[in-house]
Amino acid sequence: MTISYFFQQLLNGLSLGGAYALIAIGYTMVYGILRMINFAHGDVFMMAGYFAIYSMAAFPWQLSLPIVIIGTIVLGVVIERIAYKPLRTAPRMSVMISAIGVSYFLENLANYLFTAMPQSYPQIDILKQIHTFGDITVSRVTIIAPIITIVLTFLLMTLVNHTKLGMAMRACSKDQDTARIMGIKVDRVITMTFVIGCGLAAIGSILYFTDRNTVQPYSGSLPGLKCFVAAVLGGIGSIPGAMVGGFIVGICQIAITAAGYSVFSDAFTFVLLIFILIIRPTGIFGEKATDKV
Amino acid sequence: MKRSLGLLLATSLIATSLIGCGESSSSESAQTAGNGDVIKIGVFEPKTGENGSGGAQEELGIEFAHSVRPTVTVGGKEYTIELDWQDNQSDKTVAATAAQKLISDGCVGVIGGYGSGTCIAAGSYFSDAMIPAIGTSCTNTNVTLGNDYYFRVCYLDPFQGTVMADWAIDQGYTEIATIDNIGNEYTSGLVQTFKDEYEAKGGTIVTAETFQTNESDFKAILTNIKNSGVKAVFAPTDYVYAPLLLNQAADLGLEVQWIAGDTWNNPVLTEDAGDNAEGVVLDCFYAEGGNEEFDAAFKEWINSESKYLEANLGTDNIIGNQAMCYDAYMVMCDAIESANSLDGTAIRDALASITVEDGVIGGTVVFDENGDAKKNTTYVLEVKDKAFTFVEEVTHGE
Repeated sequence: MTISYFFQQLLNGLSLGGAYALIAIGYTMVYGILRMINFAHGDVFMMAGYFAIYSMAAFPWQLSLPIVIIGTIVLGVVIERIAYKPLRTAPRMSVMISAIGVSYFLENLANYLFTAMPQSYPQIDILKQIHTFGDITVSRVTIIAPIITIVLTFLLMTLVNHTKLGMAMRACSKDQDTARIMGIKVDRVITMTFVIGCGLAAIGSILYFTDRNTVQPYSGSLPGLKCFVAAVLGGIGSIPGAMVGGFIVGICQIAITAAGYSVFSDAFTFVLLIFILIIRPTGIFGEKATDKV
Repeated sequence: MKRSLGLLLATSLIATSLIGCGESSSSESAQTAGNGDVIKIGVFEPKTGENGSGGAQEELGIEFAHSVRPTVTVGGKEYTIELDWQDNQSDKTVAATAAQKLISDGCVGVIGGYGSGTCIAAGSYFSDAMIPAIGTSCTNTNVTLGNDYYFRVCYLDPFQGTVMADWAIDQGYTEIATIDNIGNEYTSGLVQTFKDEYEAKGGTIVTAETFQTNESDFKAILTNIKNSGVKAVFAPTDYVYAPLLLNQAADLGLEVQWIAGDTWNNPVLTEDAGDNAEGVVLDCFYAEGGNEEFDAAFKEWINSESKYLEANLGTDNIIGNQAMCYDAYMVMCDAIESANSLDGTAIRDALASITVEDGVIGGTVVFDENGDAKKNTTYVLEVKDKAFTFVEEVTHGE
């Protein structure tokens, strides 16, 4: 194994992991606040891919990127309003099932609106530039994906730990009822959670699809599941945990495929999930499980 | 706010259910297959899922054939043929459901489809119901093997794999990498037959990479291939993976000769991979120019309605699968007329002994004891200037 081969594969893993991390953060944030797994998140990510295809066809990329992000945020918030908010007081299982329903709805909607044919993802020249370092050839997006991920995670951590909104979020995640009594507008906090989660999913989708070229209605389902595993691995509810989990899952997937065991690359992710749930159910960065009685 | 949203959701639900009704009522309007003057021929194709585009292209071929020959005469009586479109969703489980639907609709025969896996899954349902089926482009050996009711008009993977392996050797590629899609009968079968012939001719498969269905990240295996230093790659994958492989290879600076099977003969390739598809070599069932009469008629039909043109991705280019579909439909009609019966077994027997003189490709269509058309001609194509350009016609002895 040459050193350049190693670095090339490492870069492949980091860029995949970076995109995974951004999606995993969406899972973890929603879980942190609502204690539910938003199974539709992977499909929101897929829809962001289609938004990019259609907005990029009409506008220059500088304008399209904000449109994609805003469009995805609107979609996420609408989903929350229609499918989750009416179930706020219902058992958690009902919300979860509603999320699964939304997931199927989005996949079939995409199938209906955009057809099952894979569509070519528009190429943003500034992201697609090819760089060569010795034997290593990478597109720019491969290099910047992990950097963007780390920067965004850092910004998000600052927001959660040092702003008023962040404080409200933390309060809601601890105890919604008490937070409401203390005058926090819980619904607004939840909306903001979806805004941030979906915004990050949109950015993740741009990084992911720019490197992988095509979008189809089921593009989001497997990455969605893997990012869910990443979030659990890092400790669901923990933002840095989701980032680390995303990188681990991405790098492991590339490493396993590169070693010639691609048969097991998907299986590995889910074995990892089982393993984590047995060994350390709260994940790497997980909160200490204090039994609330 | 809440109410208006609820109303919106409700109306959208009603709207979608109505759309559903609209579609189903048209196909159910002629439930009276076999009696009256209408008979049904089932179309078993993937409209959605990973092979959705391939299925859509094939449907055009069948629809064209139907427009050419909308009736058959059985027992001196003219029957109007109605096509019963069922979507197998490129999914082996749904394939069984789609097959059962075709059977319960009373189809006298079935045509299709794209993708060997779904055809194998549906095959036993057709044979149990004693309904003959004609495969259009399912090239895996097991589609017809051991199934008396499944026939096919295209060539088989062993033939296709041999041709491409010989081509690679002839071009001086003595070392090659292969890419296999685990769990895909078509790709795995083709990689295997390629390997057998290639190694028998003295070539070496330096690295055999694999990936799983629905994978979209090929950078790891492409990096392996780049690292192995081969000059050519044999990747007979479903067409959905083609642009991903080609584009990601370009990102990694991997410059090799890509060799593929008939599936890559799809407009998606040139559309989505653009310049990166230049130079790709593949084989296919039929190349434009092989039968000018057919070409002209098909082009005229495609251009006659914008919806056909749109379904053919805006061009009137013919892909090999469409010619196969045309042949399959015509052979089915000939068999029904030659059996002079609407009974499945009678039609099957007619198919087994039929000789069709005016097939699009290579003229005569005759089935061997397995139900496979005796074909020994394939067309090697190269992508040049975003079009599939004819390179050579390869004919192998039996």
